[in-house]
Order: sequence, then C-alpha cells, then structure tokens
Amino acid sequence: MKAHLTRRYLLSASHRLHSEEMSAEQNRAVYGKCNNPHGHGHNYTIAITVSGQVDPRTGMICNLADLDGFVRERVLERYDHQNLNLLPDFATKVPTTENLCVAIYEIVKRGFSYAHLEKVRIEETMMNSFEYCGDL
Amino acid sequence: MVYLTRKVEFSASHYYHNPEFSAEENARIFGKCNNPNGHGHNYTLEVTVKGAVDPKSGFVMDLQQLKDIMNTEVLDALDHRFLNKEVPEFFQQIPTTENLAIAIWQRLAPNLKTAQLHRVRIYETPDLFADFYGEA
Repeated sequence: MKAHLTRRYLLSASHRLHSEEMSAEQNRAVYGKCNNPHGHGHNYTIAITVSGQVDPRTGMICNLADLDGFVRERVLERYDHQNLNLLPDFATKVPTTENLCVAIYEIVKRGFSYAHLEKVRIEETMMNSFEYCGDL
Repeated sequence: MVYLTRKVEFSASHYYHNPEFSAEENARIFGKCNNPNGHGHNYTLEVTVKGAVDPKSGFVMDLQQLKDIMNTEVLDALDHRFLNKEVPEFFQQIPTTENLAIAIWQRLAPNLKTAQLHRVRIYETPDLFADFYGEA
C-alpha cells in the first residue's frame, strides 16, 4: 500500500533579499526590512515528504536513516549556518524562501532514489511557510 | 465538500524486527528501533473526514460520533500498549509509523457511515509523521 512519510529538519541561515535588476529604492520598496544590506537570519524548518509502497519486509517506504543521511549530507551541510547570498545556488537568484524551497526540492529529487519526493515545505517563521511539489 | 480533522494523543511502545532477517540485518536496517525490549512514543493522531455539510445540522459529521469511533476503535486498542505484543495487526507486521497509519485507517474506515475517511496522519514525534489516504 502507498503511504506518505514526512520528516522535519532544522537549519539556520542568513540572507538578504536584494535583486540586481532593481534600483536601491525599488529593492527597499519590494523587500522592506529584508533588504537590510547586512542581512538577517532565520531558523528554517524543512519538511520533506516522500511517498511509495510500504515494503512488507521492513514496514517502511524507505529507511529513515537513508533519508536523514542524505538530507544531512546534501542539504544541511550545504545551507546550515551559511549566508545564503554567498552560495553558488543564489549567485543569480534572490534567496527568498520560495527559491530555497525549489533548490532543496531539486537536490532531493535528483539525488534521493529510495522513495518518490512529493513535497518540500519550509517554515521560515511560525507565520510564513512555503511549499514546492515540482512543476505540475 | 468540507474536511474535518480530529486530533488525539496516545502513548505506546514498539520495536522493529523481522524474523526473516538475520540479527545483523535487523540491527543494520532498524538500528536502535531493533531493541527487543521496546521503546515508546507519544503519538499524535489526526483523522480527517470529508463530506457535504448537512443543511439541517451544519455538520460534515457529528464530532462526538467521530470521537467515540476513534476512542473505541483506536485508543482502546493502542493507548498504553506494547504494539508488537498486544495489537493483532502487529503480531506479523512491523509497527512502523507507515503501518500504524494503515492499521488505523483499516480500523476506522468501516465504521464511518456519514462521512468519508480522507486521511490518517500519525506523528511518531513532532519531526516525523506518516500519512495514509487509503491508496492501494
């Protein structure tokens, strides 16, 4: 039978929302406080949902240790305690949580083969959350 | 169509072990969860039903009725139990979060008459949950 499994991870990072395509004034108007040149940080909660048939031998969709290991190595190592603006991922993209959500989705989609990736959800704060399920 | 979710908590112990695997395989695949003496969790169960709103009552279904079914079919059987030893579904199957979601679905679905079961979501910890939508 097909089930879904969701695992949450925490990462802390800083960012500044600023687009080279807009003037300083436009950036301030669009991004407000998030345009502060020194940046600011968040504790992001990343929820990764995978799906698949439950293996009758293990009772699992995929081994949680594999998912945890993959996410630790490929996602948390990459983004945790980093300034997102300085990473190659965001050299030409504004590190909004929308773009971070898509970037993490692409990493998991391409690299994690033990289950089907359904969704990446990021809570930037308790009040803001973002989800990406791939291009539907 | 309106969706209604009721949440309850219960506590139970379990361990993961497949007698068809060698001791080494069990230890490698299930890690700490393979400890035969068991360990426990505070589970949070969310049951979502869906249906049309009855124009007379304004309900998708009577919440008290849903609560009673959840108490009788799920909590009486699982709360403060050792799942492997006391719950028949898990005499053969491994009581993983995925299998728990499926077992709870199978206990609830035949007893819901006025609304249709949409989703069983079970949190093993705040950072890990499984969803089952009744898919084959």
